[in-house]
Amino acid sequence: MPEDLNWAIGGEAGDGIDSTGKIFAQALSRAGRHVYTSKDFASRIRGGYTAYKVRTSVDRVESVVDRLDILIALTQRTIDENTDELHEGSVIIYDGERTTMQDVEIPDEMIGLDVPLKSLAEDAGGAIMRNVVALGVACEVANFPIENLDSALEKRFADKGQAMVDNNCEAARLGQEYAAEEYDHEYDYDIETTDNDYVLLNGDQAIGMGAIAAGCRFYSGYPITPATDVMTYLTGRIDEFGGKVVQAEDELAAINLALGAARSGARAMTATSGPGIDLMTETFGLVATSETPLVICDVMRAGPSTGMPTKQEQGDLDMVLYGGHGEIDRFAVAPTNVAECFWKTVEAFNLAEKYQIPVFLVSDLSLAVTEQTFPPEAFDMDEVEIERGNIVDEDEIDSWLDEQGRFQPHFPSADGISPRAFPGTEDGAHMTTGLEHDALGRRTEDTDVRIEQVEKRQQKVETAKEREDWSYREFGDPDAETLVVSWGSNEGPLREALEYLDDRDIDARFISVPYLFPRPDLSEEIEAAETTIVVECNATGQFADVLEHDVLERVERINKYNGVRFKADELADEIEAVLSPQEVQA
Amino acid sequence: MSSDVRFIDFKSDKQPTWCPGCGDFGTMNGMMKALAETGNHPDDTFVVAGIGCSGKIGTYMHSYALHGVHGRALPVGIGAKLANPELEVMVAGGDGDGYSIGAGHFVHAVRRNVDMSYVVMDNRIYGLTKGQASPTSREDFETSTTPDGTNMPPVNPLALALSAGATFIAQSFSSDSQRHTEIVKEAVEHDGFGFVNVYSPCVTFNDVDTYDYFRDAVVDLDETDHDRHDKDAAREKVLDGDTEYTGVIYQEENSVPWEEREGLDENMAEIPDGAPEGAMDLVREFY
Repeated sequence: MPEDLNWAIGGEAGDGIDSTGKIFAQALSRAGRHVYTSKDFASRIRGGYTAYKVRTSVDRVESVVDRLDILIALTQRTIDENTDELHEGSVIIYDGERTTMQDVEIPDEMIGLDVPLKSLAEDAGGAIMRNVVALGVACEVANFPIENLDSALEKRFADKGQAMVDNNCEAARLGQEYAAEEYDHEYDYDIETTDNDYVLLNGDQAIGMGAIAAGCRFYSGYPITPATDVMTYLTGRIDEFGGKVVQAEDELAAINLALGAARSGARAMTATSGPGIDLMTETFGLVATSETPLVICDVMRAGPSTGMPTKQEQGDLDMVLYGGHGEIDRFAVAPTNVAECFWKTVEAFNLAEKYQIPVFLVSDLSLAVTEQTFPPEAFDMDEVEIERGNIVDEDEIDSWLDEQGRFQPHFPSADGISPRAFPGTEDGAHMTTGLEHDALGRRTEDTDVRIEQVEKRQQKVETAKEREDWSYREFGDPDAETLVVSWGSNEGPLREALEYLDDRDIDARFISVPYLFPRPDLSEEIEAAETTIVVECNATGQFADVLEHDVLERVERINKYNGVRFKADELADEIEAVLSPQEVQA
Repeated sequence: MSSDVRFIDFKSDKQPTWCPGCGDFGTMNGMMKALAETGNHPDDTFVVAGIGCSGKIGTYMHSYALHGVHGRALPVGIGAKLANPELEVMVAGGDGDGYSIGAGHFVHAVRRNVDMSYVVMDNRIYGLTKGQASPTSREDFETSTTPDGTNMPPVNPLALALSAGATFIAQSFSSDSQRHTEIVKEAVEHDGFGFVNVYSPCVTFNDVDTYDYFRDAVVDLDETDHDRHDKDAAREKVLDGDTEYTGVIYQEENSVPWEEREGLDENMAEIPDGAPEGAMDLVREFY
């Protein structure tokens, strides 16, 4: 288990919570520490409460836990919201001077540091810097060299001028000095720094970066939480590589714009969340039957309908696997951590083009809003391989023409993969359609041709199953009687949960599945296990259903659907409870 | 590519299944002629169509083509053009495809002003589903789903386009082959979104907006002193509910296509074998 520190800043939406939290996370990352962040957006109490939480360690951290060591509270509500996570010795930094927190109640056994954040900020040049003053206080409490904070402030404010940078650094120092002079508590915290270089990014950014690396040149989308960051990341950056982001009038247009660009031969992508996927479903079948490579990213959030837009859920699995009328060939991949968001995006583009098929890239809110540290080598661009499949140019096109010289975009080859000719390719003119069609792309209702084309599209999937690596990621004890299976973003908390379980002498094998379709066959693994537990963030156990269908055996389920991601310590308890039900009853 | 392209080169070997006498024959012939006469080649042309009688056009024409879902032909055409600005993109639609299910896209495609053409076969009826009211059907037009008329004014696509900032608005009559071809040609040559609404009579289900009706009703603006660059004059024409105008109603003189404003001139299909040069800078940004 990592020697970790859990820090948070909370207040009202609009208090600059996010940007302050990000600065602190950046400072830690620049100090060579691992960081894993999360965000709270209100829960038990209605209102505009929001918090940015940072878990940090010199070792890798991949989960949140139910513990908070240092809290910057801009409101009383921030303390109330986090009562369960605060503990004996937790430090609460607040401003009791000119705020609503004059009568604040600091729970027993905790340390309250009343610091005139606003006044000190004014001394440094403006009340707006009060959060930065609080960061200075936090540096003192955590024994964290404040120079690291300077570096993060420099990065954040560089484009606003040196004076702005200097004022902020000064604000942080005033906070640190005030805490050092006015309080003489013994704090338990000591943030060690290292010489390691880390980059800090979230899942949406990693997807955007992966798209550029993979040669994506066309992105169309309609803003929606929590997928918007993919679009804002790409805007401006993709232009540097000859690409373009197009903001569409709706998701119907977004997917059709991307489809058009893909027909022109561009690597194209759209990203959205559940409500947008609903609209795009209209076009899934067309993408598949016209055999157009397209990457469709679903950054899931809690549904149904508008649901809980800022909350976590893995509720779209069935939609991604089965959405749309008729039988639609598709692939679905699900990154399991922020770095994998990058690599799975690259892979999705290759799969899409090699098999001329829509590929769903299934991420979720917890990956999208989590800033996570990685060594830069985790995104080694030299490792990126581009595989474009069967694209034919003028020189090769002759071998794909029928006896009348017509190009055959849906030629039923043995492996099911047909040639692609982009508009502009001589002698390649052809049509394609959402209607069932013949090899030439022309509509047909001929029963034999229908069968030929359906089987051809199915053959592509079979070919992909044979040729590609659809294996799972494995952790823990491979010989354990307990098998835990999960998909997507739960990998981090489960890996850490295994360590807690190990401390309790509970061995478990953990299989993390990044491929939803085609997916690994887990028959042998599930048969070999005494107990199989499928963990996912939804109420009905959609992945558990799929696995039960695959292996014809019942599995145990751990489901969470309150809108909050799994936490490592909570998962360890839940797995233990599944394994010893009697104790739970007692 | 060769420059001696004939309109027949844009014809596929599939025989249209439109009803004999359908206005769409004339509409499509004009499109093919316009493409050929503006020096385009089937191998450099991308035609997009939606659903309805108009949607079949990609099957009957020879070019790169996509026959998509109902109402979404415009976004497909825009995506194709932006990804490869060298292509000639023509989108075909019907009044249902363009002004009902696709009305949202129509307005935004007009605003975006990408260099392409949009030809709508407007027969003021749903033909493929055998005769229901369309968005351009008259208020008192009785159909199987509107036995007492629609009791709604028809959509005015020309006025919609003008108010959305169109840079080229025209109307033609499919039966007047020469003028129809000329008008579509102008739409193709226009630097921006060339929109042509075509009176394309449905001989089977619409006994009101017939060939005879249009022959009597149309007023060719070419034979008047209408100034196509005068927006006020255009406003007057598109809001005149009593006259069926044909010809170019409005054209902005200094139209600059969106892709040009955005500096797009590369074929996005061409990418390196690995991550693009400079990609590692993207990683360093996250330090």
